[in-house]
Amino acid sequence: MTLPDDLKYTKEHEWCRVKGNRAIIGITDHAQSSLGDIVYVELPEVGDLVKKGESFGVVESTKAVSELFAPVSGKVVEVNDPLSDAPETINEDPYEEGWMIQVEVSDEKELAELLDAAAYGKFIEEEQA
Amino acid sequence: MRYHPHTEGDVREMLDAAGAKSLDDLFRSIPAPLRLNRPLEVPPPADEVTLLAELRRLAARNDAQHPPFVGAGAYPHHVPPAVDQLLLRGEFFTAYTPYQPEISQGTLQALFEWQTFVCLLTGLQVANASMYDGASATAEAALLATRVTGRSKVVVSAAVHPEYRKVLATYLRSSGDVIVTVPFGADGRTDLAALSAAVDEETAAVIVGYPNFLGVVDALPQAAAAAHAKGALCVSVTTEAVALGLLQGPGALGADVAVGTFQSFGNPVSFGGPAPGFFALREEHLRQMPGRVCGATVDKQGRRGFVLTLSTREQHIRRERATSNICTNAGLCALASTIHLALLGKQGLAELARVNYARGRVLTEAMARQGFRRAFSGPVFNEMAFEVGDAEAVVERLAGRGLAAGAPLGRFYPDDPKMKGALLCVATELHTPELIDLFAKAVRS
Amino acid sequence: MANPTGWKPDLEAGAAPVAQEEVGLGHATRGLSFEEGLLFERGSRGRIGVSLPPRGNDGDPASEIPAALLRAEVEGMPEVGELEVVRHFTRLSSWNWGIDTGFYPLGSCTMKYNPKSSEALARLPGFAEVHPLAHPSMAQGALELMYRLERALSEISGFAATTLAPAAGAQGELCGLMLIRAYHVARGNPRKKVLIPDTAHGTNPASSALNGYQVVPVKSGEDGRLHPEAVRAAMDDDVAAIMITNPNTLGIFESHIAEIAEIVHAKGGLVYGDGANMNALLGMARPGDMGFDVMQFNLHKTFATPHGGGGPGSGPVAVKEQLLPFLPLPLVVREGERYRLVTDPAERPQTVGKLREFWGNFGMFVRAWALIRELGPEGLRRTAQLAVLNANYARALLKDTYDLPYATDSLHEVVFTDKNLKPTGVTTMDVAKRLIDHGFHPPTVYFPLVVHGALMIEPTETESKETIERFCAAMRAIAAEAAERPEAVKAAPVKPVRARLDETRAARKPVLRWTPDMKVE
Repeated sequence: MTLPDDLKYTKEHEWCRVKGNRAIIGITDHAQSSLGDIVYVELPEVGDLVKKGESFGVVESTKAVSELFAPVSGKVVEVNDPLSDAPETINEDPYEEGWMIQVEVSDEKELAELLDAAAYGKFIEEEQA
Repeated sequence: MRYHPHTEGDVREMLDAAGAKSLDDLFRSIPAPLRLNRPLEVPPPADEVTLLAELRRLAARNDAQHPPFVGAGAYPHHVPPAVDQLLLRGEFFTAYTPYQPEISQGTLQALFEWQTFVCLLTGLQVANASMYDGASATAEAALLATRVTGRSKVVVSAAVHPEYRKVLATYLRSSGDVIVTVPFGADGRTDLAALSAAVDEETAAVIVGYPNFLGVVDALPQAAAAAHAKGALCVSVTTEAVALGLLQGPGALGADVAVGTFQSFGNPVSFGGPAPGFFALREEHLRQMPGRVCGATVDKQGRRGFVLTLSTREQHIRRERATSNICTNAGLCALASTIHLALLGKQGLAELARVNYARGRVLTEAMARQGFRRAFSGPVFNEMAFEVGDAEAVVERLAGRGLAAGAPLGRFYPDDPKMKGALLCVATELHTPELIDLFAKAVRS
Repeated sequence: MANPTGWKPDLEAGAAPVAQEEVGLGHATRGLSFEEGLLFERGSRGRIGVSLPPRGNDGDPASEIPAALLRAEVEGMPEVGELEVVRHFTRLSSWNWGIDTGFYPLGSCTMKYNPKSSEALARLPGFAEVHPLAHPSMAQGALELMYRLERALSEISGFAATTLAPAAGAQGELCGLMLIRAYHVARGNPRKKVLIPDTAHGTNPASSALNGYQVVPVKSGEDGRLHPEAVRAAMDDDVAAIMITNPNTLGIFESHIAEIAEIVHAKGGLVYGDGANMNALLGMARPGDMGFDVMQFNLHKTFATPHGGGGPGSGPVAVKEQLLPFLPLPLVVREGERYRLVTDPAERPQTVGKLREFWGNFGMFVRAWALIRELGPEGLRRTAQLAVLNANYARALLKDTYDLPYATDSLHEVVFTDKNLKPTGVTTMDVAKRLIDHGFHPPTVYFPLVVHGALMIEPTETESKETIERFCAAMRAIAAEAAERPEAVKAAPVKPVRARLDETRAARKPVLRWTPDMKVE
């Protein structure tokens, strides 16, 4: 299981890569592996507003549905459309090709509330114990 | 008791193994005050000879000597004996929902074939594994439309089966969605001007019958256009599915969702149930579809096989956020329809539809000879209403002669005085020209 | 076009690796079985499988119906003769498991024997061919049967009256919640929430949501039971009802039910009973006597109407006095020696309305009534006793091998887990699949959700001691095999016509109907 150091994480197992005022968002390696084979993903549209901690979509395996929770608030400026035809990308490459949405961050203070790799790693360990 | 294989010795040994002193002791977790301390007040047990005799007597008090001249949502048709004999194979009959696909390929492949038949007949791309009945399928279609459009108004033609409309009202009561009913005209078709006026930017669905409850082939393309003009979905409702052997599939005419019942294929009228509801829709709405669906895949060795799929829409996974609460549907009834449709095939279905249309004409002419005109001028398939004076009285009088005469429309449209004299009748391949003639004469005197 | 996909059975691929020739503990061997393509891949132009009366010369549809609404034929329909159809479905049936094939211990599904005499009776023309809109004088036998069944169900469950209308258990739940909502509305406030224990069937929350209620989960206790404190903490004036399955899906009797009902009633709420597990209580106890206000039956579970691979069901709903005015239509009533359906809302102004077309799944009523008649009071009681005996016998035979997560007494079903197999890597799913090779249908797996790796066994009363012994021997043999040759267990099943199927692929690229260019490989 990989946890890139340059990313920020949430306790709901999303990651967030900050580039300028943009945040690229996806789900973690841990999340994809516990979900199993992902068969479907439902994402917002460009222009939609997402709010930190609130659901912005769902991912589904054959037997489970998981909500996606926004790590930060902002406007959706890009969506990884190819995922809808190839949801397996999320399993195969969760941190790069498997990204989900890009958001224009509306409140940069929210970024500070996210976990770093070490804290998220510890959180997963505790959750599993 | 033939269904209880336990000998007294078995019971003793099993109780010992389970560490219980007696059968009652096994129920010690039920607090004493909650137990029933008397025998149930139901009739004493009947041996098989007595049972069969008693229920045959009850059955004999129902008069089914002649095929009924009433359809109105339950159509008397010939069911080839091959259908029932195959249906009775215990492997189909006594199976549960196919949760273990490796040992349920029979049920699953038959469901896949059912879904294909529903798609072929409706002209839509996707169908589910069946619904309880046509009425609840209609209600579920309206709920789907509200989810897809995010709107809350449903416009329904008064010529949609009145029982279906009642069920729709029951299902929508708690959601706050609004139902607007639009009238039909003298031709028995939905009043298109009234329909267009009723459809607006808040409308989720326009629901029309095809053929409608009055037996009339309604103006489905125009209704669909009116719906689409305002961004609503068009739902077509078919109760007499044999008509789809002659009529264009509703999907080809603009319907986004097609629902109804396939009772006419392989299922007896059975005092109103069970029968297989069907649900078909355009592919883009697949994720909002209620109920189970079967899909093709491969097994570990690469061989084609079938499984229940897209289950994340359903209650056992999504629970309170499921697209519907439906679980058990009408699988065996759907299998009966599948077998019947397989027997009919391309030619048989077309011919069955033509025979039904022809018998409808025979009925029209026989009634005309007795002076009864059709109540509506629109085109019909095998069902049509006649002006007979006091329709309720006719039904009562003909019951005495062993004829189920029709559905008095006044019962379904109590607020419309013109309907009091209208009797909705059907003629199918079961009604010979001789019987039809006898019926028309009986209506007269 | 015959077989337009060009799909051909691959005979070589059928030769699987292990244990195919061994006889399983349920006596499964490998019989002669056939590959069988889709109907749409069969046949030849011009074949027909029906014999229809002549249409005569009456009528050209095009003279009446607009041309745009007509079609000459339905494209894609198969063209097959009667024998081909018979063989097709006979072969398909041979790929299926039914109660008639073997033991079917699906927990909470109650797969008991479906009497053949019930089938013969439901097919009598007087039942099968009577029209729902025939004049009541032509349907007195059908109405009397409905009346008698309604009375019997009310007596068996301890309620004032029962509606036969709901088409299945889940629609029964929907109906029950509608009645609850109507009751609260009549008292001025529909309320907002429904309490549902974590062991409940998924239909419970789904039915609540469909009625506009917010679902509040309630945790069950260490002993698998719902505890009064948990209910008290969740109960307030906004709670419309609590939905309780009793015995619950762990097969455990909710022995605090009376106190829980008091807590809920004290705040003006109602208690809904999910009757899925009614088989355990027949003649021994009645939900109506323990505080429930409304419950649904599942006729296929309790009264052996066939499940038919997914329905039709029938979900009658029984209610106490205070819910009577709201019952859906129709109701069947007896007036002197005559029976009549009440269908006019004018007679029942507070009714919630209609739930389905016509009067209910009448064909199922005939079968259920036939069984009740044959069993009588003592037979009904014996049904519950033997169902509970069988589950407890299975429990005794397996408790030293499989992990029993709850030591609490079992009624009609018992839940084990795969915990003891953890070191071997073999899971509940593997055990389930290996049971197939032995000749048994697997138990319900991974349900209830509160139990990790659940294996939920419900033998039902119609199974013999020897069958349960053989099944438990197979379960133990699998546990032993898991320790020695886990790969063999994980490769199961090897005997059916298909190995494990790729569900991921089915969901990612849905193929939900045959098309001429269909490709699945």
